[in-house]
Amino acid sequence: MEHNNWNGFKKGVWQDEINVRDFIQQNYKEYTGDSDFLAGATDRTNGMMKKLNSLFALERQFGGVLDIDTTTVSSLTSYAPGYIDKENELIVGMQTNKPLRRGVNPFGGMRMVRQACEAYGYKLSDKVEDEFKYRTTHNDGVFRAYTDEMRQARRCHVITGLPDAYGRGRIIGDYRRVALYGVDRLIEEKKKDKAIRATGDFKTEDIRLFEELHKQITFLGYLKEMAAMYGYDISGPASNAREAIQWTYFAYLAAIKEQNGAAMSLGRVSTFFDIYIERDLARGILTESGAQELMDQFVMKLRIARHLRTPEYNELFGGDPMWITEAVGGMGEDGRTLVTKNCFRMLNTLYTLGSSPEPNLTILWSTQLPENFKNFCAKVSADTDSIQYENDDVMRPIYGDDYAIACCVSAMKIGKQMQFFGARCNLAKLLLIAINGGYDTTSKMHIGPQMPVLDGENLDFETVMERFQIYIEWLSHLYVNTMNVIHYMHDKYAYEKIQMALHDTDVERFMAFGIAGLSVVADSLSAIKFADVKPVKDEEGFITDFKTVGEFPKFGNDDDRVDLIAKDMTHRVITALRQTPTYRNAIHTLSVLTITSNVMYGKNTGATPDGRKNAEPFAPGANPMHNREENGALASLNSVAKISYDDCRDGISNTFSITPEALGKNEDERVENLVAILDGYFAKKAHHINVNVLNRETLMDAYENPEKYPNLTIRVSGYAVNFNKLSKAQQREVISRTFHEAM
Amino acid sequence: MSSIVGQVHSIQTLGTVDGPGLRFVVFLQGCNLRCKCCHNPDTWDMKSEKQFTAEEIVEKAIKYKEYFGEKGGITISGGEPILQADFCCEVFRLCHENGINTCLDTSGSILNEKVKKLLTETDRVLLDIKYTNNADYIENVGCSLEKPLDFLKYVDENKIPTTIRQVIIPTINDSEENITKLNEIVKKHFCIDKVELLPFKKICQTKYDSMKIEFPFGYLDTPTKETMNKLNKLLK
Repeated sequence: MEHNNWNGFKKGVWQDEINVRDFIQQNYKEYTGDSDFLAGATDRTNGMMKKLNSLFALERQFGGVLDIDTTTVSSLTSYAPGYIDKENELIVGMQTNKPLRRGVNPFGGMRMVRQACEAYGYKLSDKVEDEFKYRTTHNDGVFRAYTDEMRQARRCHVITGLPDAYGRGRIIGDYRRVALYGVDRLIEEKKKDKAIRATGDFKTEDIRLFEELHKQITFLGYLKEMAAMYGYDISGPASNAREAIQWTYFAYLAAIKEQNGAAMSLGRVSTFFDIYIERDLARGILTESGAQELMDQFVMKLRIARHLRTPEYNELFGGDPMWITEAVGGMGEDGRTLVTKNCFRMLNTLYTLGSSPEPNLTILWSTQLPENFKNFCAKVSADTDSIQYENDDVMRPIYGDDYAIACCVSAMKIGKQMQFFGARCNLAKLLLIAINGGYDTTSKMHIGPQMPVLDGENLDFETVMERFQIYIEWLSHLYVNTMNVIHYMHDKYAYEKIQMALHDTDVERFMAFGIAGLSVVADSLSAIKFADVKPVKDEEGFITDFKTVGEFPKFGNDDDRVDLIAKDMTHRVITALRQTPTYRNAIHTLSVLTITSNVMYGKNTGATPDGRKNAEPFAPGANPMHNREENGALASLNSVAKISYDDCRDGISNTFSITPEALGKNEDERVENLVAILDGYFAKKAHHINVNVLNRETLMDAYENPEKYPNLTIRVSGYAVNFNKLSKAQQREVISRTFHEAM
Repeated sequence: MSSIVGQVHSIQTLGTVDGPGLRFVVFLQGCNLRCKCCHNPDTWDMKSEKQFTAEEIVEKAIKYKEYFGEKGGITISGGEPILQADFCCEVFRLCHENGINTCLDTSGSILNEKVKKLLTETDRVLLDIKYTNNADYIENVGCSLEKPLDFLKYVDENKIPTTIRQVIIPTINDSEENITKLNEIVKKHFCIDKVELLPFKKICQTKYDSMKIEFPFGYLDTPTKETMNKLNKLLK
């Protein structure tokens, strides 16, 4: 197939089938040079950013939400076009008709929308209430099918954060397809897929897919309409860089208008755009400054994306995140790097527009990356605390070289794999429930198999492990079933029509489970094994506290005695989860990631044998517990690196904070040392790291004087936040974390 | 197999200030000097609760090889490592067997046969020249300036790359004259490829407090950035 707008591109199978990867491989130009070519912000960019910064300030003054349109249900074409500054906008398109005005999206659930409106002083309009009176939401469906035990597990917080009242997210449409092929071609291909399936057997799953294809095609049509409202015809391929970015952005915009998923990630667009930019540069119709400006304008649009959330939701996912995750860099399967000049431009937006948590810039790190790119990443990290790193060398063999990251750490082949998001279970609480024979002392609920409370003067390691295993298997079965209910209903009542239209029709699915409190459990089991742990009972005979006497190894010190307990835990959990079949035959995966819910999980968990007090926060993700590291930062990294990615295919999150002084004596040394840390950590087959280079004092000052730090960005757990947008409790927990300091 | 035991104070797996690149730093216990500016008084005592064999130390260090890159490696610091020269020598020998670069952080106050043997396994010396006149050395360190200069001479003869370090302490050695003298020392020794001036710090006050002893230089301030910049510019 040929198209005029493809002139100048190298031919390939991408022309005859939907295959963005092949297009990239045939056409991209790797870049191994340094950052000297980069241009700064244009006057136009600075002017627009000034407007945005004042809007952001206003949003903060209004308590975090500037405005809500309570009468219009969010969808692709339901709002009139909106602009920041129409004359100066090179990339257009807005979620509602005004910047930072949030729409309502009740398809996931009415209750959450109602509460969110009320929390910010609004009332959901009668019009929307009426419209949804006769419509089943995802949330309605889930609660019709939840069993008593599922409700109980939810209520006692042993499983929390489930996407049962809002969009599940974590699905990445291949938004690039719209730019490369235009919408008409995509519709045509979907129609072909439908025709092929029309002649087969019509079992339940076939009928479901047939209906889904119908919805996908309809929404591709709406996507064209939406673009037309902004004056663009996107039925054909993009003809230049600006159009490629615009078409791609329209596709992403359609997704966030349709869905309010927790994580609405972008994918891997930088190198794709680079091909168009290089073509325009060669044709003499674009300059370096112009290329940076296009990227800046695109990123500005991403920075104003918003969803309406409740305060309870913010407790789990603090800082109003969207997880507009963009994977940058990585290596190709043929050994060439996928780093292009536009990867530098994407990172450069943190300088041209200032640091920011969104988009969630994620470097796919390989020890083979060009040194110049490594150094630039490290410099950006040290300067902005806004980027994270994930190990391309462990992911590429599994996902190939055209995968992206959903949310924080969830890898998937773009347009070919998706996931059913499943939040996480509280492993530390489960340990306490097991010890108490099926009783949760925090919620005072009986749950799970009922057994006697563990007996004896001191807890015996073998006995505890045997008991714990029973409860791990019980919870895993319940967890899979609960997820099956949620995702059955989400497909039924809140199917991601535009995002799935930008996937292959036959898609591979993951079901992503998670655990919180891994380091608490590892240290607790280590205490039981190596020290004396005496249970303390309340009047009713339940164990509510522990007296731990003696030394025991703690996770985070590169000590196999305890590190292997942590590794074994993840293996036990994923093995147990695999025993129960999943909805749509999804592949079970596991993450060790908490977002900011480590604070909430801790609040709902009693005292643990490791010495953690009742209600004290957990460490985030796979981090060792705060201030238990005795041998410095690399020992801590080595401990986390031992957790196997084979067991935790949905990611292992580690957040690392170091003071500038501890990282090196001057900027050059800091950059060089950070590169060495990343190379070493990832050579150890670790999966992910957030890097913060800052002093605790800065955070303490920001805690007391937020007005002094309007743009202080820090990495938390798989994403970055504006420090001021965290709750005070979340801020305190971040301050209490281990900061690796110079001795 | 030898099993020389070392008295170890602590291990810092991420060392970025004690030698080039990322370093696995072993702080040994015990010091023969009593510098008034010392920031590790907890390493003075010769006895330690932690004993490790040379093999155990190297086994640990090997776990960090991936981080060392071309520059990094192990650094033995203290306390005064050359008081345990045999142990250090064995650690360094084993490190070399495993392709790990070695760095010795010392005051250079002892130069005997054991220390000379240790230096044959040392890839780089981090040598403190604390002051540039003998009176200051006698008053504030407890040995003569001659000692580190003899050490430096020996290191120079044996062509071991050396970093000179000096803590800049206001009113004691923050003069231009001191830097001029330091430059003269540096000029005479071709082994020196780097000089680092470190600002005097007082975060160790809490250590002195918990040990219930006085921090002799506790009454002094930390040098200003301007002073540090000025002195650094005078370095040749």
